[in-house]
Amino acid sequence: MSTVTLEAVSKHYGDAVAVARVDLDVAQGELVVLLGPSGCGKTTTLRMIAGFIEATSGTIRIGARDVTNDPPYRRNVGLVFQNYALFPHLTVFENVAFGLRRRKVAEADIARRVASALEMVQLGALAQRLPRQMSGGQQQRVALARALVIEPDVLLLDEPLSNLDAKLRQDVRVEIRRLQQSLGLTTIMVTHDQEEAMTMGDRLVVMSGGLVQQTGSPRALYQRPANRFVAGFVGRSNFLDGRATGSGFVTKSGWQLRADHDLGAAGTLMLRPEAIQVGTGGPNEASGTVEDVTYLGAATELSVRLDGGDFLFVHETVDAGRSRGDRIALTVPPAALVGLSD
Amino acid sequence: MVRGRNAGERAGRAVYNLAVAGGFVFMVLPILLVLWLSLFSNEILTFPPDGYSLRWYQGLLGQQQFIAGFLTSLQVAVLATVLGLLVSVPASLALTRLEFRGRQAILQLLLAPLVVPAIVIGTSLYVLFVEIEIATDLPAVGSVVGLSLAHVLITIPWCVRLVTANLIGVNPAIEEAAASLGARPATVVFKVTLPLIWPGIVAAGLFGFVTSFGNLEISLFLIAPGQTTLPIAILQYLAWKIDPTIAAVSAMQILVIAAGLLITDRFVSLSRVV
Ligand SMILES: Nc1ncnc2c1ncn2[C@@H]1O[C@H](COP(=O)(O)OP(=O)(O)OP(=O)(O)O)[C@@H](O)[C@H]1O
Ligand SMILES: [Mg+2]
Repeated sequence: MSTVTLEAVSKHYGDAVAVARVDLDVAQGELVVLLGPSGCGKTTTLRMIAGFIEATSGTIRIGARDVTNDPPYRRNVGLVFQNYALFPHLTVFENVAFGLRRRKVAEADIARRVASALEMVQLGALAQRLPRQMSGGQQQRVALARALVIEPDVLLLDEPLSNLDAKLRQDVRVEIRRLQQSLGLTTIMVTHDQEEAMTMGDRLVVMSGGLVQQTGSPRALYQRPANRFVAGFVGRSNFLDGRATGSGFVTKSGWQLRADHDLGAAGTLMLRPEAIQVGTGGPNEASGTVEDVTYLGAATELSVRLDGGDFLFVHETVDAGRSRGDRIALTVPPAALVGLSD
Repeated sequence: MVRGRNAGERAGRAVYNLAVAGGFVFMVLPILLVLWLSLFSNEILTFPPDGYSLRWYQGLLGQQQFIAGFLTSLQVAVLATVLGLLVSVPASLALTRLEFRGRQAILQLLLAPLVVPAIVIGTSLYVLFVEIEIATDLPAVGSVVGLSLAHVLITIPWCVRLVTANLIGVNPAIEEAAASLGARPATVVFKVTLPLIWPGIVAAGLFGFVTSFGNLEISLFLIAPGQTTLPIAILQYLAWKIDPTIAAVSAMQILVIAAGLLITDRFVSLSRVV
């Protein structure tokens, strides 16, 4: 296992910029998730690391090795694809053995290593099956074993779960995370599912339009998003336009909120729906009318129009049986205010 | 009611079935007719026949030109198919896997013999071969190798078409997976790509074989006096005599091709790769 370093890596297609000067440091044993909407450059970034797309500029390092100009077969990366991409003409055993045979590993060692790789993904019994005789979840686990058996310097996963149904997705997600942690695998995963990213990643890289918007732990991204895009992409949020004052924020409609920290020169205030409390009893109170009620299971989402004109989504965890038109009082704890500059 | 609602649909199905049946009859009837005629006992074709016999088949054994023609055609078709595949498979790999200028032009060039009338190809090749003979003193016209090389021209379009279609059908991620596991490009081709498309290659070979085996126009220009292929032998026989011998020869030809198709189909499902 190794570290992975991207230095100002870009990919241009003619005039179109798919990836723009991405910098990234992945530590040994870390799972970094590339997250972003469709077309933001996640796959392109991953494929440049794997060696299938040539970077227009920049440097890619695996460990101390500069692999920018190496062909894929010399990079020693393990790759798992969305559509499994198993060799349909080979048995599960031969699929997993493929990389070892390319490395001229002795036959006895191949048998042993393939067996233990299949054991690792709980498929020891199915070694002689062909891929088409297996379920999607099983195929993806074979793909995982095939990528891991070569002891890659880095494991790359491109939307590994998106072809699986919800239940299986959960299982394979746990399985990947378990293996990744127990083997200490340096891993880069691509997804556009923010929940998947939050639950699996040690660190998230949020991309948009080929640019990295923010890099950080799930907690950091959630609590201190760098900008409106990140805040909107990671979790649900309220945005209020206005300006920061010395002690807090005043919205365009004139609602004055007090913060317990400096909001800098923020022009937008972000409030997470679950950070807003129902009821009175703090410095930032407001009253309004419930415009809509959506039951979410663990919480109820209330759409509230404040008397001052501002609009907020509020998550209430107790089921208070509210309905449209009800009057409601809200309180925003000073710690919940997040200032965004754009 | 279900039946009432489906009346239009059933009418549609009936028309469809009729069209399929019509097409099938249209294609199979001549073949059945040939097989039937080959069993007529009359020397001059008359309907209905006076009786049936196998004497035309027995007679074939005595007709040296048919036996020689059959053997020549077989040699030429096998050689032309093998050479055609040796050119077409690498060419198709390059055409589908590499990016380079003039790709479309090369593809069109390889498919061109399908568009150019065979008689034109035959004439041109004859002129070319004669020039080669004058320049090198090697016997080009009339050699089995020369004829096979000419037939390669007509096996290539079939092979290239089928092989490229099969290559395009391979999921690129599978080849990428192989590369990321440490396989060099040549290893990817031999360990992954070719094993995945071999049914397509077999089918391509079969189509090339059939095309070459039945070709008349190109061979006509390139055989030497005394040499013959099966289609030419048939043509020459017809020039002076019409009796069920021809039907018997054709029946043999049909059986060879049918056997080829059936054997191939046992190994690869032709309907899946063509
Ligand atoms: N071969 C190409 N030629 C031109 N543009 C391309 C090419 N490949 C990708 N792009 C563009 O580069 C951008 C990034 O593509 P990429 O596949 O990396 O997106 P992604 O983030 O993986 O999206 P998704 O979630 O839909 O998979 C897109 O705008 C895409 O249109
Ligand atoms: Mg993608």
